Amino acid sequence: MKTAVVVFPGSNREQDVADALERTTGRTPAMVWHRDSELPAVDLIVLPGGFSYGDYLRCGAMAARSPIMREIAAEAGKGVAVLGICNGFQTLCEAGLLPGVLLSNASLRFCCRDIHLRVETSQSLFTQRYATGAVIKVPVAHHDGNYFADPATLDRIEDRGQVAFRYCSAAGALDAAHNPNGSARNIAGIFNDTKNVLGLMPHPENATDSALGAIGGCGLFESLADAFA
Amino acid sequence: MSARAATPKARPNDLMGLSDEEYDRVVAILGREPSLTELGIFSVMWSEHCSYKSSKKWLKTLPTMAPWVICGPGENAGVIDIGDGEAVVFKMESHNHPSFIEPYQGAATGVGGILRDVFTMGARPIANMNALRFGDPAHPKTRHLVAGVVAGIGGYGNCVGVPTVGGETNFHASYNGNCLVNAMTVGLARSDRIFYSAAAGPGNPVVYVGAKTGRDGIHGATMASAEFDEKSDEKRPTVQVGDPFTEKLLIEACLELMETDAIVAIQDMGAAGLTSSSVEMAGKGGLGIELDLDRVPTREPSMSAYEIMLSESQERMLMILKPEREALARRIFDKYELDCVTIGRVTESGRIVVRKSGRVEAEIPLAPIATEAPEYDRPWLRAPKRPEIAPGDVPNLEPARALAMLMASPDLASRRWIWEQYDYLVRGHTVQRPGGDAAVVRIPGRAKALAITTDCTPRYVDADPEAGGAQAVAESWRNLTAVGARPLAITDNMNFGNPERPEIMGQFAGAIKGMAAACRALDYPVVSGNVSLYNETNGQAILPAPAVGGVGVIDDIARMATLAFKRAGDAIVLIGETQGWLGCSLYLRELCGRGAGAPPPVDLAAERRNGDFVRRMILEDRVSACHDVSDGGLLVALAEMALAGDLGFAIESAGQSPAHAFLFGEDQARYVLATRDAPVIVDAAVAGGIPATVLGRVTATGDLTLNGRPLISIEELRAAHESWLPGFMNGP
Repeated sequence: MKTAVVVFPGSNREQDVADALERTTGRTPAMVWHRDSELPAVDLIVLPGGFSYGDYLRCGAMAARSPIMREIAAEAGKGVAVLGICNGFQTLCEAGLLPGVLLSNASLRFCCRDIHLRVETSQSLFTQRYATGAVIKVPVAHHDGNYFADPATLDRIEDRGQVAFRYCSAAGALDAAHNPNGSARNIAGIFNDTKNVLGLMPHPENATDSALGAIGGCGLFESLADAFA
Repeated sequence: MSARAATPKARPNDLMGLSDEEYDRVVAILGREPSLTELGIFSVMWSEHCSYKSSKKWLKTLPTMAPWVICGPGENAGVIDIGDGEAVVFKMESHNHPSFIEPYQGAATGVGGILRDVFTMGARPIANMNALRFGDPAHPKTRHLVAGVVAGIGGYGNCVGVPTVGGETNFHASYNGNCLVNAMTVGLARSDRIFYSAAAGPGNPVVYVGAKTGRDGIHGATMASAEFDEKSDEKRPTVQVGDPFTEKLLIEACLELMETDAIVAIQDMGAAGLTSSSVEMAGKGGLGIELDLDRVPTREPSMSAYEIMLSESQERMLMILKPEREALARRIFDKYELDCVTIGRVTESGRIVVRKSGRVEAEIPLAPIATEAPEYDRPWLRAPKRPEIAPGDVPNLEPARALAMLMASPDLASRRWIWEQYDYLVRGHTVQRPGGDAAVVRIPGRAKALAITTDCTPRYVDADPEAGGAQAVAESWRNLTAVGARPLAITDNMNFGNPERPEIMGQFAGAIKGMAAACRALDYPVVSGNVSLYNETNGQAILPAPAVGGVGVIDDIARMATLAFKRAGDAIVLIGETQGWLGCSLYLRELCGRGAGAPPPVDLAAERRNGDFVRRMILEDRVSACHDVSDGGLLVALAEMALAGDLGFAIESAGQSPAHAFLFGEDQARYVLATRDAPVIVDAAVAGGIPATVLGRVTATGDLTLNGRPLISIEELRAAHESWLPGFMNGP
């Protein structure tokens, strides 16, 4: 699998995801600086966590309008896999590659903690290593992860199987007590309608290291490695 | 042609914080009255904050040497060797005054400033810590300060991508008018690539990089060297505004430039901004410096020389470069879209010459700024010893109720509400998260890790400065030991009241004496530090807080300890002697309403012996859980281990009387271990002359049991422990 991790000046989890890819797939990704206008030919493009251009406006709003995003949108249109984590998810929504938007957490506070996710489908490039309905433990670390879309859009993405992950209890229950940010319908991650673009707020890359005692995120990277073996 | 700036003919009314005598020295050095800009330069360089004029005499007595110390106090941060060609650079610094005036920006820029102190020396910041003290929860300002400070620390650290992995927080009414915000950064560097601040090479360019200079924070260092009064809110314009995004760019750009051979010297523009960086760099190099302020990138037009020299705008650095490398530096800073401008030259003149619009605005010989700096041997009074408190004079409360109340008290309740606002995971190397004895952060690519902790018990320091100072160092050393680390060195952040009052100076002198003794006994030198005095409002001083930031190394994270109970059936062993010391305890303060008595004595030989033993047991893999016994005493330590592991315990206190003194006394040099090898541990301890007592067992049921009687369920205890802080912050 060939991967490019796009590095914006305020990205700060680019090395975390590069390490996770290397650990789980044995391949080192290319790091692509945001001012580079050309992307290498790859199977997977990753938009990592962080604060792209400072995010003093809406998170990801400036990154969504950066020159390299035109390239990424074009690649996504050709079917190249795109994974946006946290700030990457915000950017994909702002760029219109994914429906909806991320608002400030309902608590209005930054939230860093382990949460549980229910895998809504194993039928994707990103989740095929997981069983549908499996519960995984991964951390969140964000201030603006409150997924919002109008009810019609939410109905549509649910009907089309575009919900990838939902926040849940350790036993898999979907309730408000286990929703860390107020996301609509406990949605933590979504696909585009062709399922080659995934955005999610949690950090699977920070749950791939047995030395740190958390491996819930390995399945996502292993799924991708299988898809592009 | 340059014309000298007009100088006032007579002594100005406003000496900018200098005393009459200090002003006379300025006139003597210059041989004339100073210009406004010159007076401003002297004022900040001789402020308490920059000159340490009241504390220097005492700071010199702290031990600063060990074979692993690469650089002790005096540079931007301390540097220690951790082997494998790697060095750790760290420091803690206060941002108390600005945080009280504007909590979010005050705390945020405190984090930004300490980050710069560390990456200035060539280190990539890998962890942030903090030590926070707020007023009485019932005080109307406390909640606002907690909310703002925590959000500010998170807002800055989360954005720059440095994990905030731990810290400590206390509440006490003495901080009602002066909260304490001490921020610590730990960075990793190559031990042969440390960057220092002494200028060299006359003719070399002086290069300004980073954010533009604005009118914010002018004279902040002077504000931080005065007491507060009712008008302190008017000082809001002296608080700086932070931009963590620019800091992130500055970190990456500086570290990239540091990979080349371009930099001769580098220093951040922190307190006193361009003034202190240029004066200190040239002064340390024994050289001179010329600055052309017309070249300084400014945020707004028509800033005066005085404003440019004294601005404390954030995210700026000053570098001396090799002349042939200016273009290379500009290319790197252009990549990050940061200013990189040559604003002057190193000279051989021994003077700082500041020009603006063709006029000389300041011309000062550099050596006297340091050598003639005021240094005070301020009168000090030893605090009277407080009486020891006998357990019989303290009510023996029902232990279950006492435990539940203590675990829900402001100083012991869970800090989850705070640390969940910090990204403690970014970079992916956080091995032990907030909530343990020490945070543990792995060195990338290695099995090795750093253990980091911040500690101080201000009520002990207040009651007995010397014992309290020793205790702060000993507790830091113990917290590192409890995770299995080898403690290496500390940074200290001395927060005290007005040093012109002999009783405050007595606290300072006593605390330093105790700290120095502990550092020596534990081979745990001071490599960096910061002093914050004048923490008083309307004459009311804070409880003295010499906060200690400790760093140790764990050679292999497979051999470390955490405080969580792991397995039902493990024996619980108490290491160290328990006399049942209730003086100054939280039991006495929280449950009996008395802040009285002498604090627990610190036996440094016992600390060393017991700690070295515990560490050896951890490294021999005999320990499944370990926790140091501190605030709240033994039963609180056990409860914390149970909560972390979600397991219960059953212990016996028979024969240990009186029960409340045994369970809640705060005797020092103690650890609780859980183990499968109790006989081996007890035998080894006895052989080493170390007290070791088997207290009972870890249990699978969620009950805490004392002498066969259930005390409290773990769920009840968790609810009490977790609910106080969120309840307080969300309260009416």
